[in-house]
Amino acid sequence: MIELFGYMLSGVTVGFIYTLVGLGFTVIYNSSGIINFSQGEFVMAGGMSTVFLLYAGLPLGVAFVLAIMITSLIGIVLYKLISFSKDSSQISLIILTLGFAIFLRGLAQVIFDKQLHTMPSFVGDGAFEIFETTLTYQALAVIVVSIVIVISLYLFFNKTKTGQAMMAASNNVDAAKLMGINIKKILMLNFAISAVIASIGGILLTPITSTNYEVGIMLGLKGFCAAIIGGLGTPFGAVAGGLVLGILESLVAGYVSSEYKDAVAFIVLLAILFFMPGGIFGNLKSQRV
Amino acid sequence: MVKKFLIRAMALLFVSSFVILGAKENIKIGAIVAATGPASFLGDPELKTLQHYVAKINKNGGVNGQMIELIHYDTGANPKKAVTFTKRLINQDEVVAIIGPSTSGETMAILKFVKKAKIPLISMAGAVAIIDPVKPYVFKIVATDRMACQKVMQDLNKRNLTNLALISGSGGFGKSMRKQCKEVAPDFGIKIVADETYGKKDSDMTSQLLKIKNNKNVQVVLNPGFGQGPAIVTKNYRQLKIKHPLYQSHGVASKKYIEIAGDAANGVRLVAPPVVVADKLDDSIAYKKVALTYKNEYEKAFNSQVSSFGGHAYDSLYIIVEAIKRAGSTNPEKIRDEIEKTQGFKGVDGIVNLSPTDHLGLDTKTGMIMLEIKNGDWTIVK
Repeated sequence: MIELFGYMLSGVTVGFIYTLVGLGFTVIYNSSGIINFSQGEFVMAGGMSTVFLLYAGLPLGVAFVLAIMITSLIGIVLYKLISFSKDSSQISLIILTLGFAIFLRGLAQVIFDKQLHTMPSFVGDGAFEIFETTLTYQALAVIVVSIVIVISLYLFFNKTKTGQAMMAASNNVDAAKLMGINIKKILMLNFAISAVIASIGGILLTPITSTNYEVGIMLGLKGFCAAIIGGLGTPFGAVAGGLVLGILESLVAGYVSSEYKDAVAFIVLLAILFFMPGGIFGNLKSQRV
Repeated sequence: MVKKFLIRAMALLFVSSFVILGAKENIKIGAIVAATGPASFLGDPELKTLQHYVAKINKNGGVNGQMIELIHYDTGANPKKAVTFTKRLINQDEVVAIIGPSTSGETMAILKFVKKAKIPLISMAGAVAIIDPVKPYVFKIVATDRMACQKVMQDLNKRNLTNLALISGSGGFGKSMRKQCKEVAPDFGIKIVADETYGKKDSDMTSQLLKIKNNKNVQVVLNPGFGQGPAIVTKNYRQLKIKHPLYQSHGVASKKYIEIAGDAANGVRLVAPPVVVADKLDDSIAYKKVALTYKNEYEKAFNSQVSSFGGHAYDSLYIIVEAIKRAGSTNPEKIRDEIEKTQGFKGVDGIVNLSPTDHLGLDTKTGMIMLEIKNGDWTIVK
């Protein structure tokens, strides 16, 4: 029983990491209908720039804020690229984000380096002991921050005018335009928000997993799985998806074999796409054709 | 008028360039390294080392009065590219010897081409298969993962620990070492009682470690792998308060590992190539001076921490250079013969003794050192 609890706790920790990445997918999808495959690279950019700003001798808080600003700028650059090619089909735009991801990875190799980097845990190195297993302060920080972000996203999308405008833009661009919504501004804001969430994720993750220029690949993939499993477009979906994914992986590693852990993630993804194409929380929207 | 002058000038240049080249024909040595891409942590220091020391040799008058010309290609760890570049080195560049590639997969891919062309090759990759069975033109100077396993198990025998748990990275390095360790374990009377793996990009290994923790048979844990995985394993290991001794492989034998794992790294034992602790080696160890000089020179020239990988490049280069000196010739066949006769070569990786039956020339005594991390620094386990 204690064993099961240990696996669950480990799964929850990992699950919230996936959630944090998955949320970024949700935000951009919500407004533009695009899957942003450079989301993982946003996470990398957040972590790497924080590390290097710290190396440069900046205090922790300043480094955080600067890193978040840098990453949101990157998000805006991506939006600008997409808006240049706004007449292209959605598939081309998704491919564009994939290309941007590769570009960012290359850029990080040149600007930073190819080494692994880490930074000290800013909430302390300790851990809570729960039964025979432990929950580190840093992992708890990931969980708390994820929950805070989810709730604020929910409030933002449902209770504020800007958030509602974003939802409207996602549902029907033309109708939204006719309602006087400045689509360009809304979209740009969305990319920036998504990048901000990703960079916060990157900063929180770095003390746990360390970071390098290619850390975003697998994070992006798992975060994408989480978002899809939960249902794209709803922040709660990203939480549910992340948790399902994290816990399943952990249970499989614990009770079956760690060899099959990653396979499970993708099998679950396929199963969800077959049987609940909208994800756990999602309701299938009418397709924009 | 101007045109005429230009033509004359060009003709003069053309002729004089022949004169210069004719006076001293360069010795062409090829290098195939993964300077970029997923194995750049190997190829990058390798290439830097080669370029630095070739320049140094040339500054000091070259080899037998001839300059060395390093012709290098970057494969990005892609075996197909390695094959293309090997063919180019052999057919177009007409090199007399080849250093590299950086990874085992690439090396295996080019073996048949160097055999056909009869060009000596010193590989910088780890797999045993490269030199076992012995192939006439293929050498390597990197300690194998098999030796790392043996070294760990010798230490386990000393501590009377017999029940080993493995938690391995699922990348090529972790996989290969895991296989080797399972193969050599019976030779040392060691039982593998748990065998876990993790993906190389995983962010948490608590589940696997919990399983090991709950396995009552486990006495000691070994973690073959490189990159961020072993650092996370180490952190999780301490968080779960697992009491068994933890061993790491030579894959993390760099200060980077201590930096990332932090306090959790204290008490971890690992096998490492000597260059990592060059300054702490006993003065009686014959290759200390070489290793220490290399370490200092590299760190000064490139302003970054030395790694064992660049050391492989240093050893490969100097084994070839000394073979050329002894042969007094740049004939690849003669160079090959002399490489094979290398005895007592003091390299960064240890003492190299090559022979027609041994194309590796390192053993667990000199090629690997057992370290323990104390207070965030290496100490040598006697």
